[in-house]
Amino acid sequence: MIQLEKVTKKYLRHKAVNQCTATLEAGKIIGLIGENGSGKTTILKLLAGLLRPTNGRVLIDSKQVNRSISDRLAYLTDMDYFYPYFTIKELIDFYHSQFKDFDKKKAMDMAAFMKLNVKQKIRYLSKGNLSRVKIAVTLSRNVPYIVLDEPFSGLDPLVRKSIINGIIKFMNLESQTLIVTTHELREVEPILDEVLLLKDGRIIAQKSVDQIRDDYRMDVVDWMEQVYETTK
Amino acid sequence: MGIDFDANKPIYQQLVNRISSEIIRGVRQGGEKLPSVREYALEAGVNANTIQRVYRELENLQIVVTKRGQGTFITDNHKRLDTLRETMKVEFIQQFIRDMKDMGFSTQEMVESIQSEGRDKK
Repeated sequence: MIQLEKVTKKYLRHKAVNQCTATLEAGKIIGLIGENGSGKTTILKLLAGLLRPTNGRVLIDSKQVNRSISDRLAYLTDMDYFYPYFTIKELIDFYHSQFKDFDKKKAMDMAAFMKLNVKQKIRYLSKGNLSRVKIAVTLSRNVPYIVLDEPFSGLDPLVRKSIINGIIKFMNLESQTLIVTTHELREVEPILDEVLLLKDGRIIAQKSVDQIRDDYRMDVVDWMEQVYETTK
Repeated sequence: MGIDFDANKPIYQQLVNRISSEIIRGVRQGGEKLPSVREYALEAGVNANTIQRVYRELENLQIVVTKRGQGTFITDNHKRLDTLRETMKVEFIQQFIRDMKDMGFSTQEMVESIQSEGRDKK
């Protein structure tokens, strides 16, 4: 379980995250949604221990988060950080050597499922295939928490679909929790249990996707627009 | 892979209806095994938790039974499946009547229209 307790993160005088309190239950896929600059990435970085809150506490399984959370949390940024001269196979071996919890078989299975040729060099991969590789190595860590920052941005619909299917097939919800930020909400909604809606650094709503459809008779995108309009 | 869902109803409910109507149409038969949670999640393009909920709802409706270690099976209780057929019919008709009334049609007009349309489709 993840707990945010009155978390504020300031950059100079700007509050990127402002007094956020929320509880995220384990075993779910949770979407962090909101417009650009609403604080999504900052929250993910706070969860991953890459940033410290200015005020408040971030707890994962009742322990305050610090850099050592990386033993139990896999984080995928929207930036590139792979050695370009590796082949996919070498990259998988490298991950295997770096993370005790890395499931090499799962990575290879996932690469095959997403139709990657593991002999290809990272340098020559298309943007779509590079994204598939990043998802494969991130999801192949047997850690209780997985955090994905914009895993679908800038990808074509086919690649997005194949990554979504990869998540459905390889995520283990009995022992794993996934937190994902995304703008491709219409496509991603079917795999979300719950959404956390952010605006100007504040959490303005937290709701299960079923509940939204049940209570408002609309999908998450329309609901989000409505909540945004009615929240100053 | 993947199903298009209506925006105004929970996805699990739409899948419960989908499986129910497949049973009524005979696409899925009494006693047949349903796909595993993950298989069906992939087929439908949804979260595995959603499928778990779908199977749980179907179990509550006594349309499926879960056998430990074997999976989820459609009931072979044909009486139950007949009732399911009847309930679905009533639900759809009620929805239809609500929508038609909202548009100001009388029961008489609905009946006449169903009869003539039904004839045309034969």
